Amino acid sequence: MSVFINKDTKVIVQGITGSTALFHTKQMLEYGTKIVAGVTPGKGGTEVEGVPVYNTVSEATKATGANASVIYVPAPFAADAILEAVDAELDMAICITEHIPVLDMVKVKRYMEGKQTRLIGPNCPGVITPDECKIGIMPGYIHTKGHVGVVSRSGTLTYEAVHQLSQEGIGQSTAVGIGGDPVNGTDFIDVLKAFNEDPETYAVIMIGEIGGTAEEEAAEWVKANMTKPVVGFIGGRTAPPGKRMGHAGAIISGGKGTADEKIRVMNECGIKVADTPSVMGVTLISALKENGIYDKCKTH
Amino acid sequence: MNIHEYQGKEILRKYGVSVPNGRVAFTVDEAVEAAKELGSEVVVVKAQIHAGGRGKAGGVKVAKNLDEARTYAEEILGKTLVTHQTGPEGKEVKRLLIEEGCDIKKEYYVGLVLDRVTSRVVLMASEEGGTEIEEVADKTPEKIFKEEIDPVVGLTGYQARRIAFSINIPKELINKTVKFMTSLYTAFIEKDCSIAEINPLVVTGDGNVMALDAKLNFDSNALYRHKDILEYRDLEEEDAKEIEASKYDLSYISLDGNIGCMVNGAGLAMATMDIIKHYSGDPANFLDVGGGATAEKVTEAFKIILSDAKVKGIFVNIFGGIMKCDIIAEGVVEAAKQLGLQVPLVVRLEGTNVDLGKKILRESGLNITPAESMADGAQKIVELVG
Repeated sequence: MSVFINKDTKVIVQGITGSTALFHTKQMLEYGTKIVAGVTPGKGGTEVEGVPVYNTVSEATKATGANASVIYVPAPFAADAILEAVDAELDMAICITEHIPVLDMVKVKRYMEGKQTRLIGPNCPGVITPDECKIGIMPGYIHTKGHVGVVSRSGTLTYEAVHQLSQEGIGQSTAVGIGGDPVNGTDFIDVLKAFNEDPETYAVIMIGEIGGTAEEEAAEWVKANMTKPVVGFIGGRTAPPGKRMGHAGAIISGGKGTADEKIRVMNECGIKVADTPSVMGVTLISALKENGIYDKCKTH
Repeated sequence: MNIHEYQGKEILRKYGVSVPNGRVAFTVDEAVEAAKELGSEVVVVKAQIHAGGRGKAGGVKVAKNLDEARTYAEEILGKTLVTHQTGPEGKEVKRLLIEEGCDIKKEYYVGLVLDRVTSRVVLMASEEGGTEIEEVADKTPEKIFKEEIDPVVGLTGYQARRIAFSINIPKELINKTVKFMTSLYTAFIEKDCSIAEINPLVVTGDGNVMALDAKLNFDSNALYRHKDILEYRDLEEEDAKEIEASKYDLSYISLDGNIGCMVNGAGLAMATMDIIKHYSGDPANFLDVGGGATAEKVTEAFKIILSDAKVKGIFVNIFGGIMKCDIIAEGVVEAAKQLGLQVPLVVRLEGTNVDLGKKILRESGLNITPAESMADGAQKIVELVG
């Protein structure tokens, strides 16, 4: 079991003929992901990497029975690409694109209210269920199948955590990058809920960063609802206030959104927080041992 | 992106948001000329820098005649203002706004900002104008009123009215205030603002509702569709290395330390700073080379790091995903060839095309210290820098 995606997920690549999309389509196919269609307006009827290309998402969905899409469309057109995926009633739309204007995302979020599609991202690495399905840009080889769920606002820190876990013999159920933008489709709590309900996930590692209050809200949710151990890490302890640290959402403003405050609330809610990004794996392992589930989580 | 107050007021004026008459001045003579043209009894001489707290730092003066206007312009222009937002080094004043004085009856606060929890734009207002809104939020949160705005219909009349009554705007000025707020909202949306803060909004003796100050920030991701806003950019207000980095779409922020960092991904870049600090080192910068970087971009990034005289060593920490390790390696090697490498370089590579990347570095003949993990790399660079 896993969350959000599995071996049966059929994926459309929106913007498939772009160079980044092409590279990662190849990587996803090699990983075993079922890429059933690509969409690039005007390129319908062609084929790339053996994948048929369509002009619209609805056409691609009807022809292939796809239930998810991954979006590599350039930022000025990415919000529209998300709307198109939602309109086609896909279960999942995973938006990799970064630099989407935030007011575009405000409209997208409003449009999505009451719709069935789950949006992951934007500005995220995607979602991977090891050995089953990889949707996004993460390097596949670092992942191993197992029982730890990973959720993160940062792509590269997700890789870092997964890599540490795999090296320690701890496999992952699913790793979800929710993205570094201030307005995103799926938040920490959505993913934590899914992990909590997934019988194959035994523990979770949650990686946040400065800016906003999503980590604090997630920590309160964990305290009230989570039946599985959660450990965390927060990036940006040394970030200066008032500066946007790469991610549109990573900014300390008006004294709010500091790493120290997030770590304080997480600790209060029973989430162990790793001191440095190098000990995320070790911190999780100590929590697994405390909860007597280390042996169950040790996969290799 | 930040702009100056006078530029913000120019934009607001176009949207029908009422602001005092004013002119920008780059010299003392221009300031006096502007005061003469305005012809008002009193003019206000306001320092234009990209930071708040100017009044307290002596950057805003009320002149009762042209002589006083000259005296204040002489005093403020060229002065370095230190406010809570400038940092201890302060900012030199190179532009002035000369503005008509007005008869202030009462000051209020009005702001538009994105609320991350609801994913909506929120209108905030308070009767406590003139003080920092964070301070009001701390001390008297009950005095701040909010209206969440549905993007489908925008800021509605009833919402603007409700908030105007809540902050006790005199009832004969409610309609003017509603127009003020809805016009401000239109400007915010059409220009892709990230913040629009009017502090204070004033009610004047002659029955006007006006923006006495205006702080507008813009979403840098939306600037591609606002060439007019880009023209407002004042490079003198920005760090030279940050300007250079922005030419290559690199996300770079100058810091005070001596260890240059080149990282992919914002989260990892922040975490790299954190871990350097953890091992008692001091990062010289935040640098996220981003996902789609070419070898040329990486070379430029490396040059920017090396152009910082404080840098005594460099730590490259890459976990390739969308970014490929071989591209990073090529860029690093190219930059080192072009500029010569006088400082220690520690490189940690992992992820997409890692073997190819390591091979390029190995065969380059450069003096590179490889690292096995980010902790290993951080410890090595801290040690090498000494």
